[in-house]
Amino acid sequence: MEYGSSVEINTEWDIVAARQLGRNEAKKIGFGTVDQARITTAISELARNIYLYAGMGRIEITCILQGQMKGISIIASDEGPGITDVRKVMDDGFTTSGGLGAGMPGVKRLMDEFNIATERGVGTTITAIKWLR
Amino acid sequence: MNRELSINVSHFMDDILMRWQERMKEEKRERFFQYMPDEVVDKTSKEFAELMTSNLSASAEVTPEKLKEFAEKVVRFGWSIKFVNKSIEHFSDVTFETLEEAEVINDSNYRTYMKIFSDWISPLRNSIIEAYSIEWERTVSLQKIALQELSASLIPVFDKISVMPLVGTIDTERAKLIMENLLEGVVKQRAEVVLLDITGVPVVDTMVAHHIIQAADAVRLVGAKCMLVGIRPEIAQTIVTLGIELNDFTTTSTLRRGMQEALKLTNRKMVEVEAK
Repeated sequence: MEYGSSVEINTEWDIVAARQLGRNEAKKIGFGTVDQARITTAISELARNIYLYAGMGRIEITCILQGQMKGISIIASDEGPGITDVRKVMDDGFTTSGGLGAGMPGVKRLMDEFNIATERGVGTTITAIKWLR
Repeated sequence: MNRELSINVSHFMDDILMRWQERMKEEKRERFFQYMPDEVVDKTSKEFAELMTSNLSASAEVTPEKLKEFAEKVVRFGWSIKFVNKSIEHFSDVTFETLEEAEVINDSNYRTYMKIFSDWISPLRNSIIEAYSIEWERTVSLQKIALQELSASLIPVFDKISVMPLVGTIDTERAKLIMENLLEGVVKQRAEVVLLDITGVPVVDTMVAHHIIQAADAVRLVGAKCMLVGIRPEIAQTIVTLGIELNDFTTTSTLRRGMQEALKLTNRKMVEVEAK
Protein backbone atom coordinates (compact mmCIF):
# COMPACT_ATOMS: atom_id res chain seq x y z
CA MET A 1 0.00 0.00 0.00
CA GLU A 2 1.37 3.35 -0.97
CA TYR A 3 -0.06 6.77 -0.65
CA GLY A 4 1.36 10.19 -1.26
CA SER A 5 0.81 13.74 -2.27
CA SER A 6 2.68 16.44 -4.06
CA VAL A 7 3.34 20.16 -4.05
CA GLU A 8 4.06 22.31 -7.06
CA ILE A 9 7.07 24.57 -6.54
CA ASN A 10 6.62 27.94 -8.19
CA THR A 11 7.38 30.50 -5.49
CA GLU A 12 9.53 30.65 -2.41
CA TRP A 13 6.46 30.06 -0.25
CA ASP A 14 5.79 26.75 -1.94
CA ILE A 15 8.99 25.53 -0.29
CA VAL A 16 7.29 26.04 3.06
CA ALA A 17 4.21 24.15 1.82
CA ALA A 18 6.36 21.22 0.66
CA ARG A 19 8.18 21.19 3.98
CA GLN A 20 4.93 21.22 5.93
CA LEU A 21 3.58 18.33 3.88
CA GLY A 22 6.77 16.38 4.47
CA ARG A 23 6.75 17.00 8.18
CA ASN A 24 3.12 15.90 8.52
CA GLU A 25 3.75 12.79 6.44
CA ALA A 26 6.88 11.93 8.43
CA LYS A 27 4.99 12.37 11.68
CA LYS A 28 2.20 10.12 10.42
CA ILE A 29 4.65 7.39 9.45
CA GLY A 30 6.15 7.54 12.92
CA PHE A 31 9.53 9.24 12.54
CA GLY A 32 11.04 10.84 15.65
CA THR A 33 11.78 14.54 15.95
CA VAL A 34 15.38 14.23 14.78
CA ASP A 35 14.42 12.30 11.66
CA GLN A 36 11.52 14.70 11.08
CA ALA A 37 14.00 17.56 11.12
CA ARG A 38 16.28 15.64 8.71
CA ILE A 39 13.44 14.92 6.31
CA THR A 40 12.06 18.46 6.35
CA THR A 41 15.54 19.90 5.87
CA ALA A 42 16.14 17.58 2.91
CA ILE A 43 12.83 18.63 1.36
CA SER A 44 13.74 22.25 1.97
CA GLU A 45 17.06 21.84 0.14
CA LEU A 46 15.55 19.99 -2.81
CA ALA A 47 12.62 22.40 -3.14
CA ARG A 48 14.96 25.38 -2.94
CA ASN A 49 17.14 23.92 -5.68
CA ILE A 50 14.08 23.61 -7.90
CA TYR A 51 13.11 27.21 -7.14
CA LEU A 52 16.64 28.54 -7.65
CA TYR A 53 17.80 26.62 -10.71
CA ALA A 54 14.75 25.34 -12.56
CA GLY A 55 12.20 27.98 -11.61
CA MET A 56 9.43 25.46 -11.24
CA GLY A 57 8.87 21.80 -10.58
CA ARG A 58 7.25 19.54 -8.05
CA ILE A 59 7.96 17.67 -4.85
CA GLU A 60 6.25 14.34 -4.36
CA ILE A 61 6.11 12.76 -0.97
CA THR A 62 5.15 9.12 -0.65
CA CYS A 63 4.92 6.64 2.18
CA ILE A 64 6.52 3.42 1.00
CA LEU A 65 6.40 -0.14 2.29
CA GLN A 66 9.00 -2.71 1.32
CA GLY A 67 8.60 -6.00 3.13
CA GLN A 68 8.95 -5.18 6.79
CA MET A 69 10.46 -1.79 6.07
CA LYS A 70 8.51 1.41 6.13
CA GLY A 71 9.82 4.68 4.86
CA ILE A 72 9.27 8.01 3.20
CA SER A 73 10.30 8.84 -0.31
CA ILE A 74 10.83 12.34 -1.66
CA ILE A 75 10.84 12.82 -5.40
CA ALA A 76 11.91 16.24 -6.63
CA SER A 77 11.42 16.70 -10.35
CA ASP A 78 11.77 19.62 -12.69
CA GLU A 79 12.13 20.38 -16.36
CA GLY A 80 14.97 22.80 -15.83
CA PRO A 81 18.40 23.03 -17.42
CA GLY A 82 19.69 19.82 -15.83
CA ILE A 83 22.96 19.36 -13.97
CA THR A 84 26.13 19.60 -16.02
CA ASP A 85 28.48 17.75 -13.70
CA VAL A 86 26.75 15.55 -11.17
CA ARG A 87 29.98 14.57 -9.43
CA LYS A 88 30.90 18.19 -8.84
CA VAL A 89 27.46 18.96 -7.42
CA MET A 90 27.98 16.24 -4.85
CA ASP A 91 31.24 17.84 -3.68
CA ASP A 92 31.00 19.81 -0.46
CA GLY A 93 31.46 23.48 -1.08
CA PHE A 94 30.64 23.55 -4.78
CA THR A 95 28.11 26.21 -5.63
CA THR A 96 27.02 28.23 -8.64
CA SER A 97 24.68 30.53 -6.75
CA GLY A 98 26.92 31.91 -4.03
CA GLY A 99 25.44 29.65 -1.38
CA LEU A 100 27.27 27.30 0.94
CA GLY A 101 27.37 24.43 -1.54
CA ALA A 102 26.34 21.98 1.15
CA GLY A 103 22.81 21.33 -0.07
CA MET A 104 23.08 18.28 -2.35
CA PRO A 105 25.79 16.35 -0.48
CA GLY A 106 23.92 17.34 2.68
CA VAL A 107 20.67 15.79 1.46
CA LYS A 108 22.54 12.61 0.59
CA ARG A 109 23.84 12.41 4.14
CA LEU A 110 20.48 13.31 5.68
CA MET A 111 18.66 10.54 3.83
CA ASP A 112 19.33 6.78 3.45
CA GLU A 113 19.03 6.45 -0.30
CA PHE A 114 19.75 9.10 -2.89
CA ASN A 115 19.57 9.04 -6.64
CA ILE A 116 19.94 11.70 -9.33
CA ALA A 117 18.67 11.33 -12.87
CA THR A 118 19.49 14.36 -14.96
CA GLU A 119 19.81 15.26 -18.58
CA ARG A 120 20.98 18.60 -19.89
CA GLY A 121 18.15 20.69 -21.23
CA VAL A 122 15.56 18.11 -20.25
CA GLY A 123 15.39 18.24 -16.49
CA THR A 124 16.33 16.61 -13.23
CA THR A 125 14.65 14.07 -11.00
CA ILE A 126 16.05 13.39 -7.57
CA THR A 127 14.75 10.55 -5.44
CA ALA A 128 15.62 10.35 -1.77
CA ILE A 129 14.39 7.77 0.73
CA LYS A 130 14.54 7.58 4.48
CA TRP A 131 13.70 4.30 6.21
CA LEU A 132 11.99 4.07 9.55
CA ARG A 133 14.08 2.14 12.02
CA MET B 1 -39.25 43.44 -19.15
CA ASN B 2 -36.68 44.13 -16.49
CA ARG B 3 -39.35 45.74 -14.40
CA GLU B 4 -41.52 42.74 -14.76
CA LEU B 5 -38.72 40.53 -13.56
CA SER B 6 -38.03 42.85 -10.68
CA ILE B 7 -41.65 42.83 -9.54
CA ASN B 8 -41.92 39.10 -9.83
CA VAL B 9 -38.68 38.44 -8.03
CA SER B 10 -39.67 40.60 -5.10
CA HIS B 11 -43.08 38.94 -5.09
CA PHE B 12 -41.60 35.46 -4.82
CA MET B 13 -38.62 36.50 -2.74
CA ASP B 14 -39.44 34.45 0.36
CA ASP B 15 -39.95 31.37 -1.70
CA ILE B 16 -36.72 31.94 -3.62
CA LEU B 17 -34.74 32.57 -0.48
CA MET B 18 -36.03 29.44 1.21
CA ARG B 19 -35.20 27.27 -1.74
CA TRP B 20 -31.83 28.90 -2.17
CA GLN B 21 -30.90 28.28 1.45
CA GLU B 22 -32.00 24.68 1.17
CA ARG B 23 -29.88 24.18 -1.88
CA MET B 24 -26.87 25.89 -0.30
CA LYS B 25 -27.16 23.58 2.70
CA GLU B 26 -26.77 20.63 0.40
CA GLU B 27 -23.37 21.92 -0.71
CA LYS B 28 -20.92 19.70 1.05
CA ARG B 29 -17.81 20.85 2.83
CA GLU B 30 -19.16 24.36 3.36
CA ARG B 31 -19.61 24.84 7.05
CA PHE B 32 -21.29 28.21 6.94
CA PHE B 33 -24.83 27.02 6.37
CA GLN B 34 -24.46 24.06 8.69
CA TYR B 35 -22.86 25.57 11.76
CA MET B 36 -23.77 29.23 11.81
CA PRO B 37 -26.76 30.27 13.91
CA ASP B 38 -29.96 30.58 11.88
CA GLU B 39 -30.28 34.33 12.37
CA VAL B 40 -26.87 34.96 10.89
CA VAL B 41 -27.63 32.71 7.94
CA ASP B 42 -30.96 34.43 7.41
CA LYS B 43 -29.48 37.88 7.63
CA THR B 44 -26.62 37.11 5.29
CA SER B 45 -28.98 35.40 2.87
CA LYS B 46 -31.22 38.45 2.83
CA GLU B 47 -28.25 40.70 2.20
CA PHE B 48 -27.07 38.44 -0.55
CA ALA B 49 -30.50 38.46 -2.16
CA GLU B 50 -30.66 42.22 -1.84
CA LEU B 51 -27.31 42.53 -3.53
CA MET B 52 -28.37 40.14 -6.24
CA THR B 53 -31.59 41.98 -6.96
CA SER B 54 -30.37 45.51 -6.42
CA ASN B 55 -29.50 46.11 -10.06
CA LEU B 56 -32.91 44.85 -11.17
CA SER B 57 -34.85 47.76 -9.81
CA ALA B 58 -34.75 50.61 -12.22
CA SER B 59 -32.72 53.25 -10.42
CA ALA B 60 -30.25 51.47 -8.17
CA GLU B 61 -27.16 49.98 -9.61
CA VAL B 62 -24.89 47.84 -7.53
CA THR B 63 -22.88 50.42 -5.72
CA PRO B 64 -19.21 49.80 -5.06
CA GLU B 65 -19.80 50.44 -1.34
CA LYS B 66 -22.44 47.76 -1.14
CA LEU B 67 -20.22 45.33 -3.00
CA LYS B 68 -17.28 46.06 -0.77
CA GLU B 69 -19.33 45.67 2.36
CA PHE B 70 -20.66 42.34 1.19
CA ALA B 71 -17.24 41.08 0.09
CA GLU B 72 -15.77 42.06 3.45
CA LYS B 73 -18.44 40.13 5.27
CA VAL B 74 -18.14 37.07 3.09
CA VAL B 75 -14.36 36.95 3.41
CA ARG B 76 -14.69 37.27 7.16
CA PHE B 77 -17.14 34.40 7.26
CA GLY B 78 -14.61 32.36 5.34
CA TRP B 79 -16.70 31.71 2.25
CA SER B 80 -14.52 30.36 -0.51
CA ILE B 81 -14.65 31.96 -3.93
CA LYS B 82 -16.04 28.70 -5.26
CA PHE B 83 -18.82 28.93 -2.73
CA VAL B 84 -19.61 32.52 -3.65
CA ASN B 85 -19.77 31.50 -7.28
CA LYS B 86 -22.04 28.59 -6.42
CA SER B 87 -24.30 30.94 -4.45
CA ILE B 88 -24.76 33.15 -7.48
CA GLU B 89 -25.42 30.18 -9.71
CA HIS B 90 -27.94 28.65 -7.35
CA PHE B 91 -29.66 31.96 -6.85
CA SER B 92 -30.11 32.42 -10.55
CA ASP B 93 -31.30 28.82 -11.01
CA VAL B 94 -33.73 28.97 -8.13
CA THR B 95 -35.18 32.25 -9.31
CA PHE B 96 -35.65 30.92 -12.79
CA GLU B 97 -37.30 27.75 -11.54
CA THR B 98 -39.59 29.60 -9.19
CA LEU B 99 -40.75 31.95 -11.92
CA GLU B 100 -41.20 29.05 -14.26
CA GLU B 101 -43.37 27.24 -11.77
CA ALA B 102 -45.40 30.37 -11.19
CA GLU B 103 -45.84 30.50 -14.94
CA VAL B 104 -44.34 33.94 -15.20
CA ILE B 105 -41.91 32.34 -17.57
CA ASN B 106 -43.67 30.25 -20.18
CA ASP B 107 -42.95 28.86 -23.61
CA SER B 108 -43.68 32.10 -25.35
CA ASN B 109 -41.22 34.30 -23.44
CA TYR B 110 -38.68 31.64 -22.50
CA ARG B 111 -35.95 32.93 -24.80
CA THR B 112 -36.45 36.54 -23.78
CA TYR B 113 -36.14 35.60 -20.14
CA MET B 114 -33.00 33.58 -20.79
CA LYS B 115 -31.47 36.70 -22.26
CA ILE B 116 -32.65 38.90 -19.39
CA PHE B 117 -31.23 36.46 -16.88
CA SER B 118 -27.84 36.31 -18.50
CA ASP B 119 -27.74 40.12 -18.78
CA TRP B 120 -28.62 40.31 -15.13
CA ILE B 121 -26.34 37.64 -13.67
CA SER B 122 -23.10 37.92 -15.65
CA PRO B 123 -22.10 41.50 -14.78
CA LEU B 124 -23.16 40.88 -11.22
CA ARG B 125 -21.05 37.76 -10.96
CA ASN B 126 -18.07 39.65 -12.35
CA SER B 127 -18.36 42.50 -9.92
CA ILE B 128 -18.98 40.27 -6.89
CA ILE B 129 -15.99 38.11 -7.69
CA GLU B 130 -13.85 41.14 -8.34
CA ALA B 131 -14.87 42.67 -5.01
CA TYR B 132 -14.16 39.36 -3.35
CA SER B 133 -10.68 39.07 -4.80
CA ILE B 134 -9.84 42.67 -3.96
CA GLU B 135 -10.91 42.05 -0.38
CA TRP B 136 -8.92 38.84 -0.30
CA GLU B 137 -5.79 40.54 -1.61
CA ARG B 138 -6.21 43.26 0.99
CA THR B 139 -6.40 40.65 3.75
CA VAL B 140 -3.28 38.92 2.49
CA SER B 141 -1.29 42.12 2.20
CA LEU B 142 -2.39 43.20 5.68
CA GLN B 143 -1.23 39.87 7.05
CA LYS B 144 2.04 40.26 5.24
CA ILE B 145 2.57 43.65 6.88
CA ALA B 146 1.62 42.20 10.25
CA LEU B 147 4.12 39.41 9.71
CA GLN B 148 6.80 41.85 8.74
CA GLU B 149 6.20 43.86 11.88
CA LEU B 150 6.90 40.90 14.11
CA SER B 151 9.68 39.71 11.86
CA ALA B 152 12.91 40.79 13.35
CA SER B 153 13.46 43.35 16.00
CA LEU B 154 16.66 43.83 17.91
CA ILE B 155 15.94 44.19 21.60
CA PRO B 156 18.43 45.87 23.91
CA VAL B 157 18.43 43.68 27.00
CA PHE B 158 21.41 44.95 28.94
CA ASP B 159 23.91 47.65 28.33
CA LYS B 160 26.03 46.43 25.39
CA ILE B 161 23.94 43.27 24.93
CA SER B 162 21.06 42.94 22.46
CA VAL B 163 18.92 40.00 21.45
CA MET B 164 17.17 39.24 18.18
CA PRO B 165 14.60 36.47 18.53
CA LEU B 166 13.80 34.83 15.20
CA VAL B 167 10.45 33.12 14.88
CA GLY B 168 9.14 31.29 11.85
CA THR B 169 10.35 30.60 8.36
CA ILE B 170 13.22 32.63 7.01
CA ASP B 171 12.90 33.46 3.33
CA THR B 172 15.03 35.75 1.21
CA GLU B 173 12.94 38.79 2.00
CA ARG B 174 13.07 38.21 5.75
CA ALA B 175 16.76 37.42 5.64
CA LYS B 176 17.33 40.85 4.12
CA LEU B 177 15.20 42.45 6.81
CA ILE B 178 17.04 40.59 9.54
CA MET B 179 20.38 41.79 8.22
CA GLU B 180 19.22 45.42 7.99
CA ASN B 181 17.61 45.50 11.42
CA LEU B 182 20.58 43.75 12.96
CA LEU B 183 23.17 46.15 11.64
CA GLU B 184 21.11 49.25 12.23
CA GLY B 185 20.26 48.10 15.75
CA VAL B 186 23.82 47.21 16.66
CA VAL B 187 25.05 50.65 15.74
CA LYS B 188 22.12 52.47 17.30
CA GLN B 189 22.09 50.50 20.54
CA ARG B 190 25.89 50.46 20.81
CA ALA B 191 25.74 46.72 21.29
CA GLU B 192 28.94 44.78 21.74
CA VAL B 193 27.36 41.36 21.78
CA VAL B 194 24.31 40.31 19.76
CA LEU B 195 22.43 37.11 20.46
CA LEU B 196 20.56 35.59 17.51
CA ASP B 197 17.93 33.31 18.95
CA ILE B 198 16.71 30.62 16.54
CA THR B 199 14.53 28.68 18.98
CA GLY B 200 11.48 29.54 16.88
CA VAL B 201 12.95 28.71 13.48
CA PRO B 202 11.47 25.38 12.37
CA VAL B 203 14.06 24.38 9.78
CA VAL B 204 17.68 25.39 9.41
CA ASP B 205 18.78 24.44 5.92
CA THR B 206 21.84 25.60 4.03
CA MET B 207 20.16 28.80 2.91
CA VAL B 208 19.13 29.83 6.41
CA ALA B 209 22.59 28.92 7.70
CA HIS B 210 24.14 30.93 4.89
CA HIS B 211 22.11 33.99 5.84
CA ILE B 212 22.99 33.57 9.51
CA ILE B 213 26.69 33.31 8.71
CA GLN B 214 26.51 36.40 6.51
CA ALA B 215 24.67 38.33 9.20
CA ALA B 216 27.26 37.33 11.78
CA ASP B 217 30.08 38.40 9.45
CA ALA B 218 28.44 41.75 8.90
CA VAL B 219 27.97 42.24 12.63
CA ARG B 220 31.65 41.56 13.13
CA LEU B 221 32.46 44.24 10.56
CA VAL B 222 30.62 46.87 12.56
CA GLY B 223 32.60 45.89 15.61
CA ALA B 224 30.29 43.64 17.59
CA LYS B 225 30.23 39.94 18.30
CA CYS B 226 27.43 37.67 17.17
CA MET B 227 26.30 34.57 19.02
CA LEU B 228 23.86 31.95 17.82
CA VAL B 229 21.61 30.68 20.57
CA GLY B 230 18.57 28.44 20.86
CA ILE B 231 19.91 25.55 18.81
CA ARG B 232 17.62 22.61 19.48
CA PRO B 233 19.16 19.11 19.53
CA GLU B 234 17.54 18.00 16.27
CA ILE B 235 18.66 21.21 14.56
CA ALA B 236 22.21 20.64 15.82
CA GLN B 237 22.17 17.17 14.27
CA THR B 238 20.95 18.36 10.89
CA ILE B 239 23.48 21.19 10.85
CA VAL B 240 26.28 18.69 11.45
CA THR B 241 24.95 16.24 8.85
CA LEU B 242 24.62 19.00 6.29
CA GLY B 243 28.26 19.80 6.95
CA ILE B 244 27.71 23.45 7.80
CA GLU B 245 30.55 24.96 9.74
CA LEU B 246 29.60 27.45 12.39
CA ASN B 247 33.06 27.57 13.95
CA ASP B 248 33.42 31.30 13.60
CA PHE B 249 31.00 32.19 16.31
CA THR B 250 29.89 30.99 19.71
CA THR B 251 26.76 28.88 19.81
CA THR B 252 24.69 27.72 22.75
CA SER B 253 21.59 25.62 23.23
CA THR B 254 19.51 28.17 25.08
CA LEU B 255 19.16 31.92 25.29
CA ARG B 256 19.92 31.76 29.02
CA ARG B 257 23.33 30.15 28.51
CA GLY B 258 24.03 32.56 25.70
CA MET B 259 23.22 35.47 27.98
CA GLN B 260 25.69 34.23 30.61
CA GLU B 261 28.37 33.98 27.93
CA ALA B 262 27.57 37.47 26.70
CA LEU B 263 27.86 38.88 30.19
CA LYS B 264 31.18 37.13 30.61
CA LEU B 265 32.41 38.66 27.36
CA THR B 266 31.52 42.12 28.60
CA ASN B 267 33.18 41.41 31.96
CA ARG B 268 30.05 41.11 34.02
CA LYS B 269 28.08 38.42 35.73
CA MET B 270 24.77 37.88 37.40
CA VAL B 271 24.77 37.46 41.17
CA GLU B 272 22.03 36.65 43.57
CA VAL B 273 21.61 39.13 46.37
CA GLU B 274 20.46 38.17 49.80
CA ALA B 275 16.88 38.97 50.57
CA LYS B 276 16.43 41.82 52.95
